[in-house]
Amino acid sequence: MGQIELKQVTKSFGDVQVIPPLDLTIHDGEFTVFVGPSGCGKSTLLRLIAGLEDITTGHIEIDGKDATALVPAKRGLAMVFQSYALYPHMSVRKNIAFPLRMAKMDSAEIDKRVNAAASVLNLTDYLDRRPGQLSGGQRQRVAIGRAIVREPAAFLFDEPLSNLDAALRVGMRLEISELHKRLETTMVYVTHDQVEAMTMADKIVVLQAGVIEQVGTPLELYRAPRNTFVAGFIGSPRMNLIEGPEAAKHDAATIGVRPEHIDVVESGGQWQGTVGVAEHLGSDTFFHIHNTGLAETLTVRAIGDVSLQHGDTIHLNPRADEIHRFDAQGLRIAK
Amino acid sequence: MATKASRSAARVMMAPAVVLLLGWMLVPLIMTLWFSFTKYLPLRGDSIERGLDWVGFSNYSRFISSNAFWPSVQTTLIMVGGVLLITVVLGVLLAMLLDQPLWGQGVVRILVIAPFFVMPTVSALVWKNMLMDPVNGIFSHLWRFFGAEPVAWLQDASLTSIIMIASWQWLPFATLILLTAIQSLDSEQLEAAEMDGAPALKRFWFIVLPHLGRAITIVILIQTIFLLSIFAEIFVTTGGAFGTRTLTYLIFQRVIDSQNIGLGSAGGVYAIILANIVAIFLMRIVGKNLDA
Repeated sequence: MGQIELKQVTKSFGDVQVIPPLDLTIHDGEFTVFVGPSGCGKSTLLRLIAGLEDITTGHIEIDGKDATALVPAKRGLAMVFQSYALYPHMSVRKNIAFPLRMAKMDSAEIDKRVNAAASVLNLTDYLDRRPGQLSGGQRQRVAIGRAIVREPAAFLFDEPLSNLDAALRVGMRLEISELHKRLETTMVYVTHDQVEAMTMADKIVVLQAGVIEQVGTPLELYRAPRNTFVAGFIGSPRMNLIEGPEAAKHDAATIGVRPEHIDVVESGGQWQGTVGVAEHLGSDTFFHIHNTGLAETLTVRAIGDVSLQHGDTIHLNPRADEIHRFDAQGLRIAK
Repeated sequence: MATKASRSAARVMMAPAVVLLLGWMLVPLIMTLWFSFTKYLPLRGDSIERGLDWVGFSNYSRFISSNAFWPSVQTTLIMVGGVLLITVVLGVLLAMLLDQPLWGQGVVRILVIAPFFVMPTVSALVWKNMLMDPVNGIFSHLWRFFGAEPVAWLQDASLTSIIMIASWQWLPFATLILLTAIQSLDSEQLEAAEMDGAPALKRFWFIVLPHLGRAITIVILIQTIFLLSIFAEIFVTTGGAFGTRTLTYLIFQRVIDSQNIGLGSAGGVYAIILANIVAIFLMRIVGKNLDA
């Protein structure tokens, strides 16, 4: 079991309220990702759930029991830190066994659990090494191992992949997702990287300045962003947001079109502009287009290798049914 | 220093310093060794110009068979050990205290470091006359205030008193080194331990103390070097009486009071040997912390 409920939770540091009243339910077994730009309060929210920070007002319930006043160790949650926070003077085995030793478990049971966790995480050969002798990815796995041996009600991840290089990050992303599928334990994951959020989450919580902008599955957020902030944040490359007369044609203050929903045509498109930078990835080509009269730059994704270069004129056709409309407050207008 | 030219240039430029340092160390060491094998009593008319009589190992056997020798070694070890114990234990506690955010942190830290800037002679005088004086000292007033009989510190608890004075002087050093070490501890490690269910005392034992291991080693090694040669504190307070005669002080008495340079030099060589034995033991016990 691992249901976490936040009820009217607020957090202030001195006079500064970083989290205004906030309600959120994380269901048992769900992989929830908190995503937002840096400083949006997502890490603070995670630390509130962990109990590393005291909440100012409101309640936190874990599995239906009030956990607001419980110390971190009694909440039954395990956390993986950004810096991994391994104990440098202990071997990998001792690191993983540490929470069990603190729980005064008998040593036979500790050995069994540590070995089981090590084999799940491919750490068996490294059990007698110190963290200093491991690579970044291995350290990350040790940190996860230390979390899973406790069999917690939920895992909390605080930007766990941000210290890894790009290739490793993709690998670890998959490993964590697979771990979640296998353990079926609640996971709460904090990241500023919307790709991580989209690829891993069952449910994404988009935060800005401590306020929840939208909660939903990755595809819900992709298809129906509730406002311009979510629209611009979710999806890569970013959605093109266009204001002015072009938006007025659609009875909106702002319209948004994703780069992948604009078609490149030979001639006679609705829009045209000059290619600034063309990024040829082979499978796709990303064009950054200027002088469209719509927005400063327009980003367009063309499938395959389209041979247009810097300075060429490009003709574009947005797909009418994929245009998102937003009102003057930036809120979505239903179709 | 990558190229051959820069390497040899570096050697040439370092040479004067190396020669000077070597001379500085070797000349006194060789003279001490030489004197220790001779009869050298300046008051009886011995002098280097007239030539010193070679007496072999008799100075060594006399020094070691003297009644004062073994007690002085014991006193030295107790004093060094006592000061190390007090400064490391209190240093760790003080460092943790100073690491907490507190009002007036800067001033408090400077105050804590202050004793280190007081000259040994001065601090010994202050302790002797202001604090430990059996009639007018602050301690005696304190004792009387609580209706107790004042302690004649430097007579009845002489070695303890000297350990207290030396600890007071060296505690800032230990605190300073340990404070910087504590500040380099990653706070996420403590939070991880907290999440793992370790209460405060266990966090200290399993996380903070191992993290401080290397700093404690450095404190112990450096302090030992200086504590073995403590002199001013003893000279000013007890003058070596009441069981406070360390090996250093004994050598001083042989050379200056008895005017026997040969015998004192032999004692000096013993002091070198003792320092090395202590160093070897220390390196065995704590030196492995310096690896990795």
